[in-house]
Amino acid sequence: MARVELMDYEQALELFEPVIGLEVHVELNTETKMFSPAPNPANEKYHGAAPNTLVSPVCLGLPGSLPVVNGEAVEKSISLGLALGCSIAESSRFARKNYFYPDLAKNYQISQYDEPIAFDGEVEVELADGRTFQVPIERAHMEEDAGKLTHVGGATGRIQGAEYSLVDYNRAGVPLVEIVTRPIFGAEGDAPELAKAYVSTIRDIAISLGISEARMERGNLRCDANVSLRPRGAEQLGTRTETKNVNSFRSIERAVRYEIQRQAAILAKGGAITQETRHWHEDTGTTSPGRPKSDADDYRYFPEPDLVPVVPSPERVAELRDALPEPPAARRRRLKAEWSFTDLEFQDVVNGGLLNEVAATVAAGASPAAARKWWTGELTRLANASETDAASLASPEHVAELAALVEAGTLTDRLARQVLEGVVAGEGSPQQIVDARGLAVVSDDGALIAAIDEALAAQPDVLAKIRDGKVQAAGAVIGAVMKAMQGKADAARVRELVLERAAAAE
Amino acid sequence: MSHSDELIRLSAAELARRLGRGEVSSVEATQAHLDRIAAVDGAVHAFLHVNAEGALRAAAEVDRARAAGESLGELAGVPIAIKDVLVTEGMPSTSGSKILEGWIPPYDATPVRKVREAGLVPLGKTNMDEFAMGSSTEHSAYGPTHNPWDLDRIPGGSGGGSAASVAAFEAPLALGSDTGGSIRQPAHVTGTVGVKPTYGAVSRYGSIALASSLDQIGPVTRTVLDAALLQDVIAGHDPHDSTSIAEPWPSMAEAVRRADVQGLRIGVVKELDTDGFQAGVRQRFHESLELLERNGAEIVEVEAPNFEHAIAAYYLILPAEASSNLAKFDSVRFGLRVTPQGGGTVEQVMAASREAGFGPEVKRRIILGTYALSAGYYDAYYGSAQKVRTLVQRDFDQAFAKVDVLATPTAPTTAFKLGEKLDDPLAMYLNDIATIPANLAGVPGISLPAGLAPEDGLPVGIQFLAPARQDARLYNVGGALERLLEAEWGGPLIAKAPDLSTHELTATEEGAL
Repeated sequence: MARVELMDYEQALELFEPVIGLEVHVELNTETKMFSPAPNPANEKYHGAAPNTLVSPVCLGLPGSLPVVNGEAVEKSISLGLALGCSIAESSRFARKNYFYPDLAKNYQISQYDEPIAFDGEVEVELADGRTFQVPIERAHMEEDAGKLTHVGGATGRIQGAEYSLVDYNRAGVPLVEIVTRPIFGAEGDAPELAKAYVSTIRDIAISLGISEARMERGNLRCDANVSLRPRGAEQLGTRTETKNVNSFRSIERAVRYEIQRQAAILAKGGAITQETRHWHEDTGTTSPGRPKSDADDYRYFPEPDLVPVVPSPERVAELRDALPEPPAARRRRLKAEWSFTDLEFQDVVNGGLLNEVAATVAAGASPAAARKWWTGELTRLANASETDAASLASPEHVAELAALVEAGTLTDRLARQVLEGVVAGEGSPQQIVDARGLAVVSDDGALIAAIDEALAAQPDVLAKIRDGKVQAAGAVIGAVMKAMQGKADAARVRELVLERAAAAE
Repeated sequence: MSHSDELIRLSAAELARRLGRGEVSSVEATQAHLDRIAAVDGAVHAFLHVNAEGALRAAAEVDRARAAGESLGELAGVPIAIKDVLVTEGMPSTSGSKILEGWIPPYDATPVRKVREAGLVPLGKTNMDEFAMGSSTEHSAYGPTHNPWDLDRIPGGSGGGSAASVAAFEAPLALGSDTGGSIRQPAHVTGTVGVKPTYGAVSRYGSIALASSLDQIGPVTRTVLDAALLQDVIAGHDPHDSTSIAEPWPSMAEAVRRADVQGLRIGVVKELDTDGFQAGVRQRFHESLELLERNGAEIVEVEAPNFEHAIAAYYLILPAEASSNLAKFDSVRFGLRVTPQGGGTVEQVMAASREAGFGPEVKRRIILGTYALSAGYYDAYYGSAQKVRTLVQRDFDQAFAKVDVLATPTAPTTAFKLGEKLDDPLAMYLNDIATIPANLAGVPGISLPAGLAPEDGLPVGIQFLAPARQDARLYNVGGALERLLEAEWGGPLIAKAPDLSTHELTATEEGAL
């Protein structure tokens, strides 16, 4: 492949104005699928089921089968639409999007085309420095997910060059809401960060509504980023590319930035941008061309004749509106006050995308300070080291448990970090790891005194020095004891005991 | 006449009555029909699959339940044939296509489940035009069905197998599907009764879809009462079909038993009473109307100016929906798989499988429908067709403001010869000129025998149409006319059909079981 030229980011922004548009797919965590009674793998209860075990004649597209709209999915979609500030359609309709692909059981996807359930909204998105943007929402519509292909053989794991492919229809028919923004102008150099903050806001909303597990690493939340550039002063929008497969917050920011730099380099040389789908590669931090979009996109949409229009009662919509949780921005203001964090401490949490994790950890019993410390400290460090999101490393319940063990004196901070590594490695809950690895602080004075006596025997002059008022001499003994106990002793307690010995020997 | 010969000639209602009284067992009745199938189906070829063992087992179960005093449905123990468009657990379901050869579905269509639950005994699956595309069963991938009145003629289509099975006394009842006339037109050419209920009256769940907004499952029988009894079994809301009607239905059988046309206003559709219909077809149609008039009905002429565009609209909407409905036949999950020589990509395997698995009429309609839905053509074709559909519905609304039911001849001609129109799709499509408007509007229709055409001695049907959800009106007028005509004829028309069992029957090549 030819080497891709990138323009310096600052220079790209001097020459061009970036315009972005974002499509976010949210998998709903309903009990059953969008159009069939099969269990929904996007619901925590059914996550990780063996391939092709969560299927019915409907999701397999068996001859004669018919879709039936899942009422729970409609209600959750309406709630999401309302939370996005959208109007809810009095009547909306499903359509068939026709294309052949082996992960699409019927070879058409049931989606909403010209009559989405929600439209014309706006979402307040906050950047790291506290500035806010109003992102305009064009529509949110319901559709079904496709199955999942696994390409076996070949070097890339992609369909090209594979020996054969396996299809898992568990995901076929999972309810999705696709949220489409209008073109977002004016973000300038913040466009990559805004893209990330926007998806993070959608995630916050989905979680606060309880409509999705909203875990990006599981594909509960997926983002396609549209990017185009126009020369400074130009009115007409440039040709856009759509980058798919952007599956972490970090990648969203990187992918948008990359496309800005790539497109700028092409345009500055007088080249033209191809309207196409591009794939994001997490490992290299680059995008590569997928299929061209222009002529291939005749999906032959027509109204789905197997379904009747969705006509929610105004009363029910009003009830759902009344039941909405507080918007993320308001919630942030409230939590900051409740937790008594400084601006800096709170930004640390928000910018790390860890607000929900900290809140859940506090809800699970940890103090706000401890919750913040673990998430923005050790867990963030581990996440950076492995290039993932901290939220994917540990559950709030485990972090709260860890904090409680420290609080109770069972673990020192140092031991707690070791336990956390075990949690991240999937070895179990903190208590289980403490038990399995024998990591608890030795709180048995007898064992400590024995170790102290041994250390004093090796350094007989220490007691005399302490008696002479040179208390810092105790440090050598404490160090020896900690070493002997493999760090599993509470240093403060050892110090107390050494001083007691010195006093007793007087 | 042997006991067995007598059993197969009984109406379903009469057979049910004797079963209820214990005069005959379901096993006896089922065996009699299986014997009949063995004797005549080599020549008729109504069946694609006969489930003798399963039928006898189901019959024995009904007999046992009856002996144990369990409460049973009115038709319990009566055999029934099932159009192959309906999926059946444990029986192959091909929809007349090679692409589904040998496929045994893991579930029952809702109408099939309902007939099983009512104690009816499924005998097997009946022949049809591939994916219900046709008016003669000549488009079946498994060879045509022959009309029991004249084995050289078509039994109608697409449900020629179901109609021929009841006309040939191989089954007292059958299930059919009607997308543009596939129940009613075969009834017309085989001297039997066929009803397309209101769209949504019977669940489509498990009916291999041709055109989702037009398809409807309905009864195929020899008498109007039998059709009513069967509709009472299969109708009703189904949570698996969003388009099925939620409200409960009155008894259709009651409507037949109380049939009375005194004061009934019957509209004759002017546009469907023309020279375009065979003379004998028109003659019997008008004689029937005169008979109804003499018995108290009022005959009124009504206009339906948009009916002339119905066929054009139908042949855009149907292929458009069918092109999408048939996309699932790609060899990935079920059905025929053809791998090109030397292997191929999944796209190439899909293409090769569809090329080999679909017949020419299916391909013709998939291509038509794909074109009609394409970007740039959608408004001109699919969009316009939907507007015509609205206009046809408006014609019905205006007509039904004046009359209780409409009457038309069911089809333009009596049964034509096998092969006669096979190479002329347009001529074939015109068979459904009188039946298609009902599907476009979702209203119910019935076809029942009106006599034999004097010029060729072949059966002629008369069609009645009613407003949506007024299926009972069809059973009222149909039941009344049947009684009046049979009084004139001295018995049912079907009694005049040639006695196949006395013929020297030779299994035709494509008709061999």
